Formats: sequence, structure tokens, C-alpha cells
Amino acid sequence: MGPNLLANYGEAVSAVLFCIGFTNLLLQNNLIKKIIGLNIMDSAIYLFLAEKGYIAGRVAPIVVDGVTSAESYINPIPSGLVLTGIVVSVSVTALMLSLTIRLYTRYHTLDLDEISTLLKKEGR
Amino acid sequence: MRHEKERDAILDKVYDSQRNVEMKIFRKLYHVTSIVFCLFLIALLLVTISWLPASGTVERPVNNEVSSRYIEKGLEETGAINIVAGMILDYRAFDTLGESHVLFVATITVLVLLRLNKTEKHEVEINDRQFEPKNDTILQFVATFLVPIIIIFGIYIILNGHLGPGGGFSGGAVIGAGLVLYLNAFGFAKTERFFTEKTYKGVCFFSLSFYCLAKSYSFYTGANHLHSVIPKGTPGAILSSGLILPLNIAVGLVVACTIYAFYAMFRKGGF
Amino acid sequence: MTAFQGILMVFLIICAVSVSFSKNLLNSILIYMSFSLIMSMLWICLESPDLAITEAAVGAGITSVLFFVTLKKIHAIETAKPGKKEEKDSE
Repeated sequence: MGPNLLANYGEAVSAVLFCIGFTNLLLQNNLIKKIIGLNIMDSAIYLFLAEKGYIAGRVAPIVVDGVTSAESYINPIPSGLVLTGIVVSVSVTALMLSLTIRLYTRYHTLDLDEISTLLKKEGR
Repeated sequence: MRHEKERDAILDKVYDSQRNVEMKIFRKLYHVTSIVFCLFLIALLLVTISWLPASGTVERPVNNEVSSRYIEKGLEETGAINIVAGMILDYRAFDTLGESHVLFVATITVLVLLRLNKTEKHEVEINDRQFEPKNDTILQFVATFLVPIIIIFGIYIILNGHLGPGGGFSGGAVIGAGLVLYLNAFGFAKTERFFTEKTYKGVCFFSLSFYCLAKSYSFYTGANHLHSVIPKGTPGAILSSGLILPLNIAVGLVVACTIYAFYAMFRKGGF
Repeated sequence: MTAFQGILMVFLIICAVSVSFSKNLLNSILIYMSFSLIMSMLWICLESPDLAITEAAVGAGITSVLFFVTLKKIHAIETAKPGKKEEKDSE
């Protein structure tokens, strides 16, 4: 164990959240819960990126009174990256939900095991 | 015929997860392996994080010369007070253009997946309102007050994208949420007066092509991006910072239309 | 500020765990909604107001609404509470 686990508590929380979402993806049978797990993984990555750019004691990157020295603002790059990521995650969620609706109208179940069983039975 | 029935019986037996012993063992093994793997992953990530430089300090490798360049020269070069807006719509504008196209492509894909023909559409519309009252007085009364406020707030966020927190993405999402509330309160008959498939196509086409042309002028002026002919204006005024305000409006229109289109397609398989 | 952030992060983990253990789909979506709301408070603490506005509008608003519409499409809301349906049938 290194020296900085307690100082990096934000990153530690994001790692735990990532693993919770990944466990959801692996172990849940319900498709909707799998999608929620993927969304939780998304949020964990965003939290990790934002923690990277945060510097204690500085303010958000919005120029106040014309002060443009690099010592007074936090890092703007992770904010920009996460901003685009959040909006893309919505379109990914919508795409997966529409696929779920199509699967449900065909197989009338949300359980992934049942769907794969039905698929194998059909593909004889 | 008999063969098929026998086959069905055998298949039922094979895929019966309650009785098939091999399947049971496989499932148990899968559960145990995945839990062990996740615990291993958690331990690995935590050990890695414990060796990273401490959070909230300047010594992290991410705080390098790129970010200090953006902060020091951002106001002068882009004219935007909000450095994040200046970054994503000026220095990295092609990234944002690609992302707007991601939204557009996602809408088209959802439309392909959920599209219904005319008769099915009619049935879905009838079924859609089966479990809720047709004209909810409380919802309509509240929506009359709330929808204009929400939409004005969204427009404010978009127009102030270069002056404060906000921008095209967040403002567009707020306007889309207001449109969804309006649709829920008053039904499709009211919204179809101003928003159909044609409107969506037109707005998205014009916004995306305007964005594309506005940002690619640096190519046909010799890729000399920094000497723009568009005046920067005084920082702090609403008409300042060159192209950032029109680009914010274009992105906001695309996002608002996309979100409304998602909701409408999920409800009745079309606009 | 750090104590407040710690409390918010504990809530985040509680929400993420209880999403996977709740039996009802509607409940888990509501819990995910509160997860997004806590996340947007955390963005304010991390000095990124742009992200806070976007997450509050998108994560807690639009994504949850899309989940609800999906549940309505696949009739999971009615089957999720069998007690109430029986009452309706008996009436």
C-alpha cells in the first residue's frame, strides 16, 4: 500500500463505484439493471477525471476581475472532457433502452438468461 | 412432426436451468469467479490509487503547461470569460462538432430501431394513454406556469455560455426537459403544431452545417486560426468572444431537438 | 468542505449498492435518480459548475425519464406491484 490512499479518497470512491457498476454488469440478469450499472460506471469515470483536475483552494475556471494567472483557477481540461462525456452517455443510454424495447417486444422478457435460451432454441 | 416434438422435449431438458446439473455448476462457477474478479479489481485499483500523487495539489502530472496556457491566454485569444466554454468551442471545437454528430446519429439509430408504420402507430397512441387520465387539470395548470420559466432559463443558460457556467449542452438539455413536460401535460396534438419530423430534420441540418462551415473557415483562410476576421468584442458583453455565442446556439438547438426526439420516439415510435 | 464531501461520497456508494439489491425496477430507477442528484452536488464541491448544471438536467432529468418511458412500454410498472392490480381487478 502506498502513502496516499486517505488523501486520494475521491479517487478511491470512484474506483469502488466503478467496481460496483462492473459487478452489476456481470451478475445482474435484468437488462434495465445492467444499463443502470453501465451508467454508474460512467459516473465513476467522470468523478475520477474531475478529481484529477481539482486543486484545493482555487476557484472554478471563470475569469473574475480580469485575473488570468494560472495560480488562481483549477484545471479546465477535465471539465471540458467530462462535459462532452455526460451528453454522449445520454445517447448511449437511449440507444440501449431502445434495443431493450425491441428485445422485449420479440421475447416478452427482460431476463438475459431466458432470452439466450430462447435464442438457442430458435437457432436449431 | 414427431421428430420435432421429441427435439423440443430434449431442448427443454437441456436448457432447464433448474435440473441440468452442468448448467447449475457453470452458473455457480460464473458467480464465484466474477465476484472474485471484482474484488481483485477493487484491490488493484485501490493499490494503484494509493501510489498516485495526493489529491488537490499542484504537483499532479495533469496540471501541466497545457492547462496554464489555456488559463493565461484563453481570455485574450478566445474572448470568453468562461474558460471551459472557450476551450471546448474554440481550441477544441472539432471535438464538439463530432459530439453533436454523435447525438444526431444516435437519434437516427433510435428512429430505425423503434419506427412503427401508420396503423401500429395509431394503436400505440391509443394504448399509451390507457393508464392515465387524458386531461390532468393539476398537471396542465402547473405546466402553464412552469414550461415558459424552464424554457427561458434554458435560453438564458445558452446565451450566457461564454460569460458564466453553462453553454449549449446544459441549456439544450434544460429546454428539452421543458418540451417533454409540455408534451406530457398537453399531449402530442399540441406539440405537433410546431415540432414534427420535418422540423427536426431542418433544425439539425442547419445547425450542424452552420457549425461545420463556421469552424472550417480557418481551412480556407490558410489554417491561420488565431488571426480571425471576426471581432472579439469587449469581454463581459453578451455580443463578444467571436464565434462562441452562435456555436453555443447551434449546439443547444441540436441537443434540445435530440432530447425531445428521444422522448417522442420512445412514447409512440416517431415524431 | 471535506466532511460534506465525505458524507456525499458515502451516500453515493450506498445508492450504488442499493440499486443492485432492490427488487423493484421502479425503485432502482428512483435510487439512480438520487445518485445523479448527489453527483451534481459533488460537482459543485469540485468547483465545476458547468458539470453540475449538465448533470442535474441530463442525469437526474432526461435519463430517468427515458428509463420510466421504457418501463411503461414494457409494462413493468403494472406487474411490479401485484397487490394493487388485484385490488383493481376486484373492484
